[in-house]
This record gives sequence, C-alpha cells and structure tokens, in this order.
Amino acid sequence: MGTVGKAPLDTQQATAGRARRRARKQSMVAEVWRKLKKNTWAVGSLIILCLLLILATFAPWLTPYDYRVQDYDSVLLPPGKGHIFGTDNFGRDIFSRVVYGSRYTVLIGFGCVTIAAFLGVVFGLISAYFPKLDNIIMRSMDLIIGMPTMSLLMLLIAVMGISITNLVIALCVTTIPGFARVTRAQALTIKHQEFIEAAVAMGASDARILLKHILPNSWAPIIVQYTLGAGQVVLSAASLSFIGMGIQAPTPEWGLMVSQGRVYLRSHWHMAIIPGLAIVLLTFVLNYLGDGLRDALDPRLNK
Amino acid sequence: MGDKLLEIDNLTVHYEVNNVVVEAVTGLSLDIDNGETIGLVGETGAGKTTTALAVLGLIPDPPGRVVGGEIRFEGQNLLGKSSRQMRSIRGSAISMVFQDPMTSLNPVIPVGDQIMEVILLHEKMSKAQAAVKAQQMLELVGIPANRYPEYPHQFSGGMKQRVMIACALACNPRLLIADEPTTALDVTIQAQVLELMGNLKREFDTAMLLITHDLGVVADICEKVAVMYAGTIVERGTVRNVYRFPRHPYTRGLFKSLPHLDVDTDRLTPIPGSMPDPSNLPPGCPFFPRCTFHTAECEAGRPGLVEVSPGHVVACFNIPEAPVEL
Repeated sequence: MGTVGKAPLDTQQATAGRARRRARKQSMVAEVWRKLKKNTWAVGSLIILCLLLILATFAPWLTPYDYRVQDYDSVLLPPGKGHIFGTDNFGRDIFSRVVYGSRYTVLIGFGCVTIAAFLGVVFGLISAYFPKLDNIIMRSMDLIIGMPTMSLLMLLIAVMGISITNLVIALCVTTIPGFARVTRAQALTIKHQEFIEAAVAMGASDARILLKHILPNSWAPIIVQYTLGAGQVVLSAASLSFIGMGIQAPTPEWGLMVSQGRVYLRSHWHMAIIPGLAIVLLTFVLNYLGDGLRDALDPRLNK
Repeated sequence: MGDKLLEIDNLTVHYEVNNVVVEAVTGLSLDIDNGETIGLVGETGAGKTTTALAVLGLIPDPPGRVVGGEIRFEGQNLLGKSSRQMRSIRGSAISMVFQDPMTSLNPVIPVGDQIMEVILLHEKMSKAQAAVKAQQMLELVGIPANRYPEYPHQFSGGMKQRVMIACALACNPRLLIADEPTTALDVTIQAQVLELMGNLKREFDTAMLLITHDLGVVADICEKVAVMYAGTIVERGTVRNVYRFPRHPYTRGLFKSLPHLDVDTDRLTPIPGSMPDPSNLPPGCPFFPRCTFHTAECEAGRPGLVEVSPGHVVACFNIPEAPVEL
C-alpha cells in the first residue's frame, strides 16, 4: 500500500480523526440552522409550531378550564374576559378545547405523514431502482391518486368503520402515493448521474447506493412533500370530522368543533371561526417551515 | 516486463435496442502487464468506454450484453464472477476514474467521507482509521487534509478530479482505469492531473488503462498504446513504435491529420468519410470504405492482428512493407 499503508495508524491519530468527525457532524447541523435562521418566515413558523407543541404537551397545566365541563350559566359567550375565546353551546371553554384539540390534530397530522412518508419513500426508491417492480408499484399508486381523495377517504372509513385507527390508516393510504411519486421522480434523475456510476465502480452495493447516495440527494423534495402532506392531512382529518366520519363528539377535535359551530355561525361566529383559524395557522406554519428547510438542507444553496 | 495482469481475449459486446444490434466491441484482444500504462485511443463511439465497463462488469444490461470472449484478471475470468464477487473487485482490485469530475462526486456528502466510504467498503478498518487514511489520501493528491469536511461544490474541477483519484487509489488497486480523466479540465490543470496520476501510479505500482482521444496525453504518460476503430483494436505497440512508425492506414491517417508545429497549414488533412454505423458494420475490415489501400481481400474478411516488430501488432492485410517514418 505504497507509503500510506505502511504509516502506522497510531491511536493518537485515530483520536484526532474521531474528534474531527464529531466536529463535522455538529457543524452540519449548525450549518443548516445558520441558513434556516436567515429565513424570517421559516423561523416564525418554527416558533409557532414549537408553541403549538408545547400547548399540546402541557395542555392540562395551560388551560384555565376543564375542556369537558359544561357550564349552563355561561353558554355561547363571545370572546372576552374569563373565556378569551368564548364558550360553546354547552358552556365549555373554547380556548381549553382548542388547546386539547391540538393534541389530536398534531398527533394525527404528524403520525399519518410520518408513516406515509416512510412507506412512500420506500416504494418510490424501490420502483426507481428496480424497473421490474416499477409498474406494479406505481400503477397501484395511480389507482389511489385516480380517485378523489375525499371520496376515497369516506369509502375506506365506511368499509373499515369509524375509529381513530381507521382514520389514520385511511389518511395514510391517501398520502403514500404523493411520497412515492416525488421520491421516484427524484431517484430516477439521481440514478443516472455519474456519481452513482462512480459509486458502483467503487464496489458499492445496491442497498448502499440507495441509502447513501440516492436517498440523501432526494431529501429536499421529500421534506417539502412532508410538510405539505402534514398540512393536507390536518385538513383532511378536520374535514372528515366535520362530516362526522372522523373523530366523534365530545372529543375536542378542531374539525369537529368547526362542524358543531357551523349551526351557530350567524349568531355566534367564534364557535366555528376560532378552531378554523387554528387549522389554518397549523397548515400555514407547516408549509412555510417546509420551504425554509428545503433551502437550508441544500448544501448547494450556500448563501 | 512483468507478468500479465489483465488479458482481454476476443471480447465482443453488443447493445440491442428495438431489435437492432449495435456491435460496440467486436473481437477485441488486449493485454496489460503489471504496473504498465497503456493508452486506449480512438474516436468517439469506437468502443473505448464499453471496453472499460466490460472489464468492471458494468455494461448496462439491458440493453448491453457481453456476447463472447474472456476477460481474465490475474488469471481469473471476470465474466464468470457473481455480482457479489465483482463488487468486491470493483474499487479494490480494479478501480475507475470517470471523465467528468463535476458530476462524479456525490454533491451532498463531504469529499473526505466519500473517500472513507470506499476504504470502509473494502478494508477491515474502523471508521476512525478509515477517516485518518482518507485524510492521508487527500494529502497525497495535494489537497490539505483540513478540507476533509468540505462539499464537492467547494472544490474546483481539477481538485474534484484529484479527489476522484484519491477515491480510486484508496484501496491500492492493481489496475486503474481512467476514462478520459482530463477531458473536462483545462490544459494547465490537465497537465497537473496527468503528472499526479503518473507519480501515484509509480508509487502504488498500479497498472493503468488510460482511455483518451488525445494522442498527446498518451505520448506523455503511456508506455504502450492501442488504437481502436469501430469496436476493435487496429494497431497496438509501444508508444515509441506506434508514434514513430504507424503501420495501420487508420493510425497513419490519425497522425497525418494532426497539425504540425513547424509547418504552416491552412487546412488539416482529415481521413475521408466517417466511422461506420456500429449497427451496420461493413463486412470485412471495418476501415476499408475509408482506406486508400483497400483491396478485394479487405472487403471479404476481417484482418487479424499481425506482428510487424516485437510487441507491435497491426490488423491489416496490406501493411506497408518497410516502416515509414512520418
């Protein structure tokens, strides 16, 4: 091994190498953070998202009232002192219900998208890399995309029955094709680049090429799809709850709350509008954060 | 002269697209000795890269297929190896440097890690040891080790090619295939990279197959040269013999078409015609339609390689009797 192999790899050198590598790992996170920080909208979105997560986690300590307690002395109060978001037709505090509701929404939103992203990315990578499986996988994805999302969701839930698990399954099924398509398209362009050929020529295995070369180069669109997908799932879950096929009363789910407030929309707008605004805010924040992350994660956009 | 490292024997590679058979390489034979540098020259589409890919077992299948012949590396037939065995050979015993350094490195992995990856794939080392060795490889190709954590886009083309060379040499291969390693670089960087490759090759005692269409590059660093035309080798010998006394009409045409430093020329002298369509090769010698010396014999059969002087072989029926110096 020429001069290199003969040089003994003493422990001192090895320690130095390890330290350098650790420093690099940290600097990569720092790099992404440094770029993300410059994007005002993304930072704002991240802060709001963190606040929402804190609210969801610490709901029992942050809410002034029990979200279940009905108080018939204060029914349909407008937002103001005491009840900052007002009360609903049973006299329940809307602020407390919105805060508790964030638990369901966040859990369903991120839970579904995470499962769907994992499966979708796996499908996408496989169909891009193994042409024999491409048709089978992508045509089944087309089958799902071919149907209107809402009808398919309703169909699935009607068949499986109404429950939170089935809601999550149905939402996953409709979210997977988006990930599969995006991943496949990206992987196909990456697959034909010269550095993949170079990696093969260096003796890398299929799995290694997929996971170490193709996947890391496909992150950008997948992350965007993730945040967009999360927004969409939040909306779909709310819509299903709104039409009564999602989460059932008296659970304080945002979509369900909008649905219940709908009856009082003319006289007591706050009952529907406030949980509606919460849905809008979460969706909006997820989209902006996704855009920011995409830019920050791309080492080529180094400004 | 060492013993034979790589023996390519009568290799034939076809690409089949829509039932049209493209004969990319037809009956090619080539030997490489341990530690020697051989230049493979020829026009675009002559089958140079296909030959290289065949050695590594990387012919895209479909549409490509090795139809016949043998490739023996250290006495073992590479064509009979399983894909797992080929993987362990690629990058460790035989490695390759590609043409375009701009796209040959993964843009999202730091360059040092890419070298480390090759080392980890083929050698039993801990990550830390491999990282140290990757740093040494960087230093060896003239890049400061502190640039280990940088990304490919932070390097210039010449430096990226150095990184590629470091990747290729990291596991001390016995054969390095360089597919037009300097084509994408400008002339001064070309010279640097070639010099580096020459030095490292000597240091590591690696044999090199240099694919190029630049006759000057071959003259610079190769000991032997093989001229390819339409999927086969038409002339092969030491650089000195082939450059001083080219015997095949195609090789002679190539040298005649070069501009001379001391002669004022307005127009170059090209070889008339163009390369035959590889999906429709003429019968007989593939060069006869463009050859000024061709006879009925040329149209009937394909000429075999004939030794004109020790180590200098030519595939032609009408080799000029006496060597003529150009």
